[in-house]
Order: sequence, then C-alpha cells, then structure tokens
Amino acid sequence: MIRNWFKSGSPWVWLSASAVSISILLVVALLGLIAARGLVYFWPSPVLQTQYQEHGGSSYRLIGEIQDREKIPAARLTESGMEPPGDEASYVRYLFKTGNRDTLGMDFRLVLPDFMTNIEYPADLLVVERREWGNLYGYLKQVKENGEVVAEGKAAVTELHQRLERALELFRQIRHIEKDLIGAINYQLEQLRLEERRLDLDNDQDPARRAAIATQRSELQNRYQALEKQRNDLYPQFNRDSFTAEIMDGRVVEIPLSKVVRFYFPNAMGLGDKIGHYFSKLWEFVSEEPREANTEGGIFPAIFGTVMMVLLMSILVTPCGVVAAVYLREYAKQGFVVRLIRIAVNNLAGVPSIVYGVFGLGFFVYFLGGNIDALFYPEAQPSPTFGTPGILWSSITLALLTLPVVIVATEEGLSRVPRSIREGSLALGATKAETLWRTVLPMASPAMMTGLILAVARAAGEVAPLMLVGVVKLAPSLPLDGNAPYLHLDRKFMHLGFHIYDVGFQSPNVEAARPLVYATALLLVLVIIVLNLAAIHIRNRLREKYRTLES
Amino acid sequence: MHENNTNVPTVDVSALRGSSAPAGSLDDEAIALQVKNLDFYYGSSKALKNINMVIPQNRVTAFIGPSGCGKSTLLRCFNRMNDLIDDIRIEGEILLHGQNIYDRAVNVASLRRRVGMVFQKPNPFPKSIFENVAYGLRIQGTNDRRRLAEVVEKSLKGAALWDEVKDRLEDNALGLSGGQQQRLVIARAIAIEPEVLLLDEPASALDPISTLKLEELIYELKSRYTIIIVTHNMQQAARVSDYCTFLLLGELIEMANTNTLFTNPQQKQTEDYITGRYG
Repeated sequence: MIRNWFKSGSPWVWLSASAVSISILLVVALLGLIAARGLVYFWPSPVLQTQYQEHGGSSYRLIGEIQDREKIPAARLTESGMEPPGDEASYVRYLFKTGNRDTLGMDFRLVLPDFMTNIEYPADLLVVERREWGNLYGYLKQVKENGEVVAEGKAAVTELHQRLERALELFRQIRHIEKDLIGAINYQLEQLRLEERRLDLDNDQDPARRAAIATQRSELQNRYQALEKQRNDLYPQFNRDSFTAEIMDGRVVEIPLSKVVRFYFPNAMGLGDKIGHYFSKLWEFVSEEPREANTEGGIFPAIFGTVMMVLLMSILVTPCGVVAAVYLREYAKQGFVVRLIRIAVNNLAGVPSIVYGVFGLGFFVYFLGGNIDALFYPEAQPSPTFGTPGILWSSITLALLTLPVVIVATEEGLSRVPRSIREGSLALGATKAETLWRTVLPMASPAMMTGLILAVARAAGEVAPLMLVGVVKLAPSLPLDGNAPYLHLDRKFMHLGFHIYDVGFQSPNVEAARPLVYATALLLVLVIIVLNLAAIHIRNRLREKYRTLES
Repeated sequence: MHENNTNVPTVDVSALRGSSAPAGSLDDEAIALQVKNLDFYYGSSKALKNINMVIPQNRVTAFIGPSGCGKSTLLRCFNRMNDLIDDIRIEGEILLHGQNIYDRAVNVASLRRRVGMVFQKPNPFPKSIFENVAYGLRIQGTNDRRRLAEVVEKSLKGAALWDEVKDRLEDNALGLSGGQQQRLVIARAIAIEPEVLLLDEPASALDPISTLKLEELIYELKSRYTIIIVTHNMQQAARVSDYCTFLLLGELIEMANTNTLFTNPQQKQTEDYITGRYG
C-alpha cells in the first residue's frame, strides 16, 4: 500500500509543492512585514495625555505617542531599577515618544501602562514637525509677529495656518536662491579658479585669457552679491513670525515659524484628513531631501543615486560582457585554455562583494583615479577629482561584480542560436562578423537581457563594496544637475541600501528612525522590482521578435 | 567585405542561359564546375575519395546514393561550407569557370555569393519576409528601399511565392508553412543572383504537395541557374534532373544523363542501388 504510494510518485509531487509554498510564504511574509512596518509610519497616530506616577515617584503629565509595545518579565523591570506595579510575572511596556528633544532632553521614554491614570486624547493637542529637534507636542498658546502677540486661543490656529504657508513659501524662495542660483555661481567660480590655475601650471601668460577670466569672475561676484542681498532681505521676513506652546511639563516655549515644516491636530482629524496627511507625508518621503541626520524628511537623493548607479552599471557591463561572451563562444578555439577561462569567470561570480570593494578602492580609486587626476586635473590638486570614491568607480566596481552573470547568460544565448541560421547567413555571402551582427546577436538578445536582469537585481541590492568606493551618508548635490557638463561622475552619491544601514545603525536617534528603516527597505525592494520589470518587459518584446525555430 | 568580388574573375553567363534543349551527352555541355582529384578527410577518415567530375551549366545535376555516401559533403565543398567544421582537410581542386575555389586568393564570402545554397530544413531568419529576401543585398551594402523592393518582388516571383505573400511582406517569415519557408529560402538565395544553386535535400522536410511545387520551381530555375541537388529520393532525381551522379562510400561510381543512368546503368553497383538492392 505505502509502497504503491511511493511508486506512484505523489510523495515527490507533495514535497516539491510544499517547497514552493514555503518559498512563496516566506516572500509574502517578508514583503508584508516590511510594508506593514514601513507604511504605518506615515499614518498620524493619536497623541495622548496622561498622569504618570511610578511607585514612590512624583506624579507628572505625559504627552506623546505610543510608538511600540512589548511584553517583558517583571525581573527585568526590577533590574532596570523600577519597582513593578504588582506581582505579576510579566508586564506590557510602552515605548513612548514625548518629542520636544530640545527642552526635555530626550524623545523617548519607557513607561508602563499600569502607572497611567486619566488617559485623554484632547482635540486641541498640537503636533509640530520641525526642521530640527524632532516633533513638538503641546498646546498652542499665541501667535506672534516680531514678538508682538497677534492672535490667541481659537483664532491662533487659522493665523498659524496662514503664517506657516507664508513662511514655507519664503523658505522655498530662500532655498532656491541658496541651492540653485548661488550653487550654480559657486560652481562656475570654482571652474574659473581651476582654469586660472591651469594657466598658471602651463606657464601660459596669455593676457587676453586672463582678462576674460577676471571679467567673468567679477561679473559672477556681482551676481553673487546681488543674490546674497536678496536672500538677506528675505531672512528677516522669514524669521518674523513665531508661536508659543505649552509642553507637557508646563513650560511655555517659543518656536519661530521658520523652523516649522508642518503642524496638525491628530486627535481632531477625520478619516479624510488622515488620508490626506498620509499621502502628503508619503510624497515628502519619496520626493524630498533628508533632514536631521537622515532620520526625518525624504530619501529622494538615495533613490536617485541608486537608480543612476544601476543604470550606469548596466551601460558598462552589458557591452563588456557581451563582447567577452562572443569571443569565448564564437571566436576562441574551444580547448583547455577557454575551459579554464570559463571556470575562472564562473568562480568570479562567487567572490564576496566586499572583496570587489577593496579591489575597486585600491585599483580604480587610488591607482586609476589618482593617475587620471595627475594627468588631467593637475589644477585641482591637492584635492582629488577622480582619485576619491565616486559614482563612476561604484558603477565600474559593480559592473565587474556582475560581469560573470552577463557573460554566462550571453554565452548560453549564443549557444542556443541554431547552427542552421548561421549557415543560412554564411551561405548568402555574409562574413562571420556580419552573421554575428545581423542575425546571431539579435537572436541572443533576450538572453543578454536575462543576464542584465540578474545583474541589476544583484547590483541594486549591493551595499558592502559601495561603502568603499563611493557611497556617502549625505551627498551635498546629485550626480546629475543643471551645471554643465550636467553629469558629474566624480561625485559621491547616496544609496538606499546604505541609507538603511546608516539610519538603522549609525543614526543618533535609532528609536525614531526604526520605522524609516522599514520604509526605506520597502522602497529599495520597489526600486529593484521596477528596474527588473522594465528589463523583463524589454526581454519579452525581444523574445517575441526573435522567436527561434523551435518547430 | 563586399568589394572583394574582384578576386574571382566573373564570366558572362547570360549568353549561355536559356538553353532549354533536352539534355544529351555531358561532352556537349558548357561546363560550370569541374572537380579534379578531390579528397576529403574528417580527421583521419577519408570521406571523399579522388572525385573527378564536371557540372554542366544551366542544367540540374542530382547526387544520389545511400546515406553517408558523401553526397552532402561533396555538395558543401562547392561553396566551402565545410570550412566551418574543425579538423577537416581537403585535397584537390574545384574549378568554378576555370578558377580553383580553394585557391588562397579566393574570398570565401564572395564565392558564396556566386554559389548559393538551400538547406535540408528551411532556415528563414526571424525577420520579416521582406528582410529575409533582402538580407543578401543588405550584406552587400544595398540599402535603397526602391531597389530592394524591386529585387524582393522579382525573387519571390522567381521562387513562385509572390502571390502567396505579397500582402504580408512585413510579417515574420516564421509564420509561413514549411513549403513556403523553403521557397522563401530559395528566393533569398536567388535574390543575390548566384551562378550556381546548391540544394541539399530541399524537399526532405516537406509534404507531397509542397514537394511538387518545389520540383516545378527547380524546373523553372534551371534556365537561369546551374543547379545541383542532393536527394535520397530516386523518383525525385529522375523527375527533376538532367544529369545524375551516383556516389557510394565516398567514391563517384557513375555520372550520366539521367535517363541513361536510370534505364541503362553502366556499373553493377548503380544498378543494384537503383533497383533497390542497397539501403
């Protein structure tokens, strides 16, 4: 009976089917966890107010959000110097976000719900997101203009709205002047300085050229001063308004509106308001630059850097890998040496990525980059141009890392092109190169895309080597901008994978940043999925076009 | 690459074309190809032994013989398709209008332009019908759309395929039936106007009706091309060829006017094969 069951083969069907289901479950669980933890972060959670009194301590008011809850044994409470509220074996403990890091000294406290009394959710409890020092929780008191009170009580809310909008508009103007306009002028001034230095180094005394530089420089400086004046005129206006709020320990603090990003009353929000708030936060996350050591704001530069680095890598790795595979499969005499090379290439795929990082740093950055600097950028010395980690070296290092995948996949594709097709082309008087170019390579192109898909999937998630050859915590400017030559391959860049590591483990405020880690991880997965889907789409179209003769 | 035609002296064959007189004796025919003392080795085994023969111009010459006798190998010698195989060696000469095609000075690509070939299984490129036929011309650097369209139409008409595909020239060639694909491949071959057309068992993958069409086509093509066809179907050889060559174990046993060979073979082995005593 059981022997027949084994003979029928159904145990193997069951075994393989369950392996598949376990894999699917794991993937779903992984994505589900990341998505749930990451996406909840942007939802406005209610802010509560309570009286809190531990055994033997004094009673005080607590205002804030419950960030996390966990069950811990009573013994651990005792160890941490807190007397347990009763004699149960374990207690629930909250991670309670009180905000107001500037006045209270810390954002988070660990509290026990058993010590809480009078829990309320007052509708007029205010949350203010600031550019520095995290959130503020408290009650709005007054709105001031140049120190004079202009509104109090209910009227203060509408006044605050209008004045904040004005302040944000001014902020945008100032940022535009500082970042875009003055940034461009600084860039051009630097270019002029380098040009002059080059003339010095060449011992070129061409007076006309030098005069032209001097004119350009003075013109740029004039523009700079005009812009600076314009900006300085904006600042007093920007700093005009402020508001006061009463925080949980009863103190009243005054905050200038120039430091505020947004404010809201979470307990008074309806579902529609919350959804609106959610999407505006989500949009900020994907489109803005980070604030406060990356723990607040958006991650746009990291998304941009990741995508750009992967695209650069694809542009580098595909031609290289394809040409290498064509030689190995089509031209090289198949013998011992080619077999050896093939084995070596396959093994290259197994080298730990950090090793590539070390190689990239030693060879590309220091050796190649250093020599490029010495030959082509002597005017910028001693500060390096290419002799320092940057997006170009990162892309090349990752291209090297993914080269074996592309070579193997392309070779596979070339070997699948039927011999009869090659003979057909040769019989029409095509040379081998023409045959390759006109028929064989197009027919192998879906396989090349498969290689590229695998390469992209690996490269986009790689962090370790990048830490050595180009990724930074905070890049002042994107590798692509409006200053000629637009593409700055020597710049350092931000990367989602590194951002996760940095925010999750290196930031000064790990607790506050934890949800951001999940959200960033989700985004990294999404970016990789989008890049892959694009490549798969192209491959499927190629496949349709170059269907081989499988009849 | 395309200009290397100059390596091979071209012969004005148009004067010779259109000879529709029935085949008589080989001695009366104009000679297109001549094989002299040809030996062919795969590694150390000898696949063709001292072949000597002539291929008459504007006639259909059939190679018959049992499997493995070297018919295809001999055929592929005429456009040097065997060069693609590693570890082969060829001794002797093949003269195309007096010039040895195995001479060092000969450019293989331009030789193959003069000696076209159609394979056993239809092998259209995964491109449109138009591009398949235009392939050879594009290789030679012709990109003028009008000229291409002209040649494509003429070639497809020549291959008796035009009426079936004229409305879907941009469709993928792989959508055609097997017989149509084989005629398309012939159209592709005659688009570059070769002097000689090699057909390697062209009907072996086709159904009887497609085979019939193909045989009619061969009959029409011979007024303009010298055709060599390899077949293991003796009826087919009898139907389409003017001259017939019987090969056995790498040796040329007999070559004669087809009628003569089938009705009055001079060699014992030929008679045995024709009457069905061999493979």
